[in-house]
Order: sequence, then structure tokens, then C-alpha cells
Amino acid sequence: MGLKTFKKGIHPPTNKELTASIPVEVLPLPDQVVLPLGQHIGAPAKPLVEVGAEVATGQKIAEAQGAVSVPLHASISGKVVAIEPRPHVSGRLQPAIVIESDGADRRAPDLAPAHKVEELTADQIKDLMKAAGLVGMGGAAFPTHVKYCPPETEATHGQYCPVKPVEYVILNGVECEPYLTCDHRLMLEQSADVIRGLMAFMKAAGAPRGMIGVEANKPDAITALRKAAEGYPVEVVPLKVKYPQGEERMLIYAATRRVVPTGSLPIEVGVVVNNVATAATFGRYLREGLPLIERIVTVTGKGIKEPKNLRVRIGTLVEELIKYCGGFPEPPGRIILGGPMTGPAVYRLDIPVMKATSGVLVQTRAEVEKPQVLPCIRCGKCIQACPFNLLPHYLANFAEHDRLEDAEKYGISNCRECGSCVYVCPSRRPLLQLVKNAKQQIKAARQKD
Amino acid sequence: MLETEVVVSAAPHLRSGLTAERIMWLVVAALIPASVAGVYYFGWHALLIILVSMGTAVLTEALTRALMKRPITIGDGSAAVTGLILALTLPPTVPLWIPAAGSAFAIILGKQIYGGLGYNPFNPALVGRAFLLASWPTLMMKWVWPEGSLGWAADPTAAAQGISVDAVAGATALELWGEGIAKIPYLQMYLGNIAGSLGETSALAILLGGLFLLVFKIIDWRIPVAYLGSLALLAFLIGEDPLFHLLAGGVMLGAFFMATDYVTTPVTPRGRLIFGVGCGLLTMLIRKYGGPPEGVCYAILLMNIATPLLDRWTVPKQFGEVRANG
Repeated sequence: MGLKTFKKGIHPPTNKELTASIPVEVLPLPDQVVLPLGQHIGAPAKPLVEVGAEVATGQKIAEAQGAVSVPLHASISGKVVAIEPRPHVSGRLQPAIVIESDGADRRAPDLAPAHKVEELTADQIKDLMKAAGLVGMGGAAFPTHVKYCPPETEATHGQYCPVKPVEYVILNGVECEPYLTCDHRLMLEQSADVIRGLMAFMKAAGAPRGMIGVEANKPDAITALRKAAEGYPVEVVPLKVKYPQGEERMLIYAATRRVVPTGSLPIEVGVVVNNVATAATFGRYLREGLPLIERIVTVTGKGIKEPKNLRVRIGTLVEELIKYCGGFPEPPGRIILGGPMTGPAVYRLDIPVMKATSGVLVQTRAEVEKPQVLPCIRCGKCIQACPFNLLPHYLANFAEHDRLEDAEKYGISNCRECGSCVYVCPSRRPLLQLVKNAKQQIKAARQKD
Repeated sequence: MLETEVVVSAAPHLRSGLTAERIMWLVVAALIPASVAGVYYFGWHALLIILVSMGTAVLTEALTRALMKRPITIGDGSAAVTGLILALTLPPTVPLWIPAAGSAFAIILGKQIYGGLGYNPFNPALVGRAFLLASWPTLMMKWVWPEGSLGWAADPTAAAQGISVDAVAGATALELWGEGIAKIPYLQMYLGNIAGSLGETSALAILLGGLFLLVFKIIDWRIPVAYLGSLALLAFLIGEDPLFHLLAGGVMLGAFFMATDYVTTPVTPRGRLIFGVGCGLLTMLIRKYGGPPEGVCYAILLMNIATPLLDRWTVPKQFGEVRANG
């Protein structure tokens, strides 16, 4: 076959056939949206509206605070009924703006005008990224403009600045998480927006070339993107199906054979990576001025009656999505926001879809294994799986016995928490939990110093 | 609000189907051809040895865990594997209390005393075998040839060299080689129709099982390849017949089923290569220059000692790691 890929990794069953071939459906407007102020990495946004205010779809309702932050926009029109802590995917209450719909979906009059990429300067594009409330929609929710370093962040956040020339902007259309097909459908149905967004990103970065990495199990998306990319300096790169290919550094290696040095950002090797949904959202923003107020969410799993991909307003509660997909055919076993490899399990449904929520996966009770944890038998399967070539069982062992210095020596900070080691562990050891715990302790100790 | 209870656990929420328990039973399955060959060549007594050895191992594990007031772990299958491997390394003539004593020793002093599965530094089955060999050497070196397998010693060319059926009947291929007699046809050795430990004689049967484990990625190819390769190479370099040394004695069973024991061997790819090479060289050196006719057992036990060190020496380079002068 000779398809490009990275070294090691795992092959979990993809289970994408549940939703891959069904066109995206638009979820009817919800009666209410809950918009957490901190949907991104960095400082939460600061509300610009008060309870009782009338807001329109796309209106800015909270302002970015600090350099690593983005504004928040109303995803429906209606009345602000509360600004208070609300249930959140983290399991805790988080401050949020709650809007009750007026059912009209009135668009804000001051939406940005349509822009042509060719007529914009790099700095203008960076400002627009921020104005659109753009964050990484693949899961990390990192403010996009920070990756491209607009002028005003240069002084305070120099470490994010592209001090080196960018050669490639790579779009992440890998979607290596099992079950998820939201990016697949997006690439298929919005390929022109994807390319427009990518061209804008390339201009912002001063990158001469663009790439889109897509796993080979989405041949229709590859064809659609190639067609849309005709005449542009953009290469669509089919990749061998393997997890965690969507991990930023693995994708860069798979597509370009470049290795991002430990502790450095991708810019070090002349690359910036963004998710395809981020690009499509920006492409649409340039076309019609609509900021990041909706996204595609894959609602799937054996525990969902009719799995679907839904176009959902940000802030819609998860229970609405599940209801629209026919609910649970049997009592659910586990409910996961995002993909099964990295998504958190939740215990309530009154939490909102956020900018980086890619899926709602419901497993049946039969699918939920109650793992019988055995001692490590030193089989080495975690080592064979770890894409970062770490020794996960040693790291977990060090973590378990508070040997944090040894854990650091063996590269614990290089772990990107993909969970491949846990997937393969025949003794069902909680390797990643131990590693995450130790990483937090190490971080806390550093902050104390 | 959710009306039923759901599981909240840390990601990932998918697990591969391969559990430790399943691995152990796959190893047992992979040893079926060698066991069948043993029973085929040496008769029903061989089967009894296997059953007694496995039964005692499982029973001892259950008893010791109960005495220590710890969870009974016989379900993980590791005790059954230990019992089976030990049985396959025994002469097919031993009285049944021999496998019982060996298995009990292997489980108590080879495994549970260290804390059970995952914590033992030495391969328990080999600990059991070493104990038996040291305690009852005569019983442990009483060999027989399968019925009708001595034709090669009765043919006229053999007689011309002073070889007689009576002279070779109680010796293994390696013992005969030690006396300067290495005339057994390769095919006969490959099939296993020769004197030796009950599960070690048939290279064919062991390879079938070993291949099975390789295909299902239960064992790492590095160890058997490095083991057999280095043994053959050293044999060649010191003027011995590499093929004979691959087919004789317990090296096949050792390379595929004992030097690949997870717990007591390195986990890193390079560590495994070095481990295999060490086993191969030590086995051949013991055969050629050491006291006992066969060296597999001690070679692997000696390399077991080196395992923690090998792991430490062979930590792989991380993705993105920048080493000085690298």
C-alpha cells in the first residue's frame, strides 16, 4: 500500500460505519443554550451583557481576557436569563451565560462583512480569527489566533510567535478517534469552506503550501477535498488508518517526516497544524460573517437508537442531542463526550456542547468492561504501542511509587495522553491515570519553586 | 437529568480483547502440539506427568495464596503455564512425584515467595527444573528412545563405527554428541523421534506452537530469533554442526517458550535482542565447555539475572528526543 503514517500506535475497531454515510442533519433550535465562559484553553471570556439583555445570533456577548483567550458569541437570539455557574463537562459547575431562545434566530446586524482571502493582510486575518472566537475544534480548544501570533500578543506571549518561517499549514482531517465522523462529513459537505479557511491560515502564517492529512478510510472526503483544492497549493495526503494519527506531532511526522523536538512547538520544524473543522468554520466566517456558534457533533454508539451527525448550536444541552437521535434503546452503560480514546465520561446530560465537543458516544452496559486489574506482567505491549517511544509501564510504576524524578528522567512530560498503552494493556493497568496524576504533581511542584 | 446509573471512568474507554488471562491460555494452547508429540512418542505416562505437574502447580498456587490471605489467582492461567512448561522439560520416565515436587517448588519458591505473578525474577518452571536436577540427578537423567527409533544405530555403517543400539539406548542426542557420536538423521530429530525431555524433542511441534504465538503477537520475534541465531553462529564458529545444535536438546522449547517469558525477560526491543543473544551464546558454551550436557536451563536463568540491567541499558530513544551530539 505504501500509505504514509507514523511509527507504532494501535488499531482499535473504528466503528465509523454507524454514521459515516449519513448526511449531517440540522438539530432544531434549542429553547435554551448554556455558554460557558471558558470553552478554550487560557483565560475565560468576560461577559459583555447583563441578565435581561436581548441578544442576537452571532452577537459578541463576552470579551477575550488576556492574550490567550477568545470572545464568545450568542449562538441563538433571545434573552439572557442567567449568568451563573452551570454544569460542565468537567463535572464541576463553571460560569456560563444562559440564553433563552425567542425562536426567531435573528442574526446580529453587526456581523462581519464577507471577506476575500486575497484582499486581506496576514495581520487582518489573525485579528479576524480572534474576532470569530476561533479555537481548535478537534478537542484541544486552543485559541487559533495565538498559533499565528497576532501583533498584540507578540509582546506578552512571545513563545507562541512564529519566529521561524512557516512552510506548511497542515489541516488535521485524520479523525483517528473511533466512532467519530463529524470531520469526515464536514470535509465531504463543506470542502470549499475547508480550503478557503486553509488558504486564509496559510496567508496568516506566510506559508507557501498547505496539506490536509486524511486517513484512507475516508476516500470520498479525500476526493471531495482534492476537487475543491484544484488550483490551490494544497496537497491532500491520504494516511494509513492508525491511532493516534491525529495527535499533532504524529500527523506532522506522517505527512512530512519531520520530528518536532521534545519541548518545542511544531513551528520549530516550519509547521502549524489546525483541525479541518476550525478551517471550515473560519472559511464560512469569511464567507458570511458568522462566528463560531455551531459545530457538527457525532451522536453515536450502540447505546443510541439512531446514530447521526448533527449540526448543533454551541451551548445546546447534550440531552437535546440524545433526544433527537431517538434516545437510549436500553439503559446506557457509559456516556462519553468526544471519542472513546480521549473523551471524558459524564454522569449528567444537562451539560452543554462546547466549541471542541466532537461527539456524544453512548456505550451499552454490556460494552462497559469492569476491568480486572492484574499486576504488570512486563509483556511490553505498552512499549510497542507508545507512539512517543516511552516505557509506559515504567512511568506508571514510578508514578505509583512517587518516584517523580525517575518518571521525569524516563520522559513522562513527553506523554501526550493518547491512551494507546491502556488500550493494549492485558493486565488492565490504569497506566494513563497514574501518569496524568504524576504529571500534575510534577507541574504543581514546579509552580511552587 | 439522567435517571439511571452510568459508569464514569477515565479515558480510554476502549480496551483490546487481549487480557493477561487470555495470553496465558493461548500459551497453553501453543504448547499442545509439543505435548501431543511427547505423548505420541513416549506413551501415556507422559500425559500423566503433564497432568500431575499442571494440577500441582495450580493447587499449590491456590494453597499458598489462601495461606497468605491473598486473592486466589489461579484463574489468570499463569500457574497452569508454569506446570505445563516444567512437565515438558522432564524425562518421560520420571515417577509422578517428581513433577509434583518440581511444580510445588516452582510455584512456592520460584514465584509466590516474591509476591506472585509479575514479581518473580527467575522463570519459575526453570527454577523447578533446576531444583529437581540438583536433588534427584539420577532420575532426572534417565532417558529412553521412543519405540523403534533406534534404527539409525542399528544400520551397518553405524556398526562399522563401533556404534551399537545397546550403547546408545540410554543417552540423549547431546550426550551422544559429547561422546563423539552425532549420527542421528536430522529429519528424525526434527520430528522428535529421539530420546529427550518429553516435550523438547520435536522441533516441528514446538515450531508450530511458536509460530502460533508469533502470528498472534503474543511473543516478540526478537528473542527466539536472537537465541537460535546466536547459538547456530557460535556453533559454526567453534566448528560444531549448527543444525544439530538447533535440533538437539531443549533449545527450541527454551527459545520459544521460556526465554520469551514476559516477567523474567527484558521489555525493550534492544534488551530482548541482547537477552536472546546471551541465551544462545551461554547455551552453546555450556554444551561445549561446561559440565552438564545441556545448557538451556542455566543459560536462561543466568540471563534472567541480567534482565533489570538490560532494561536499564536499553531505554529506547523517545520520539522528538534530542540527545547531546545527536
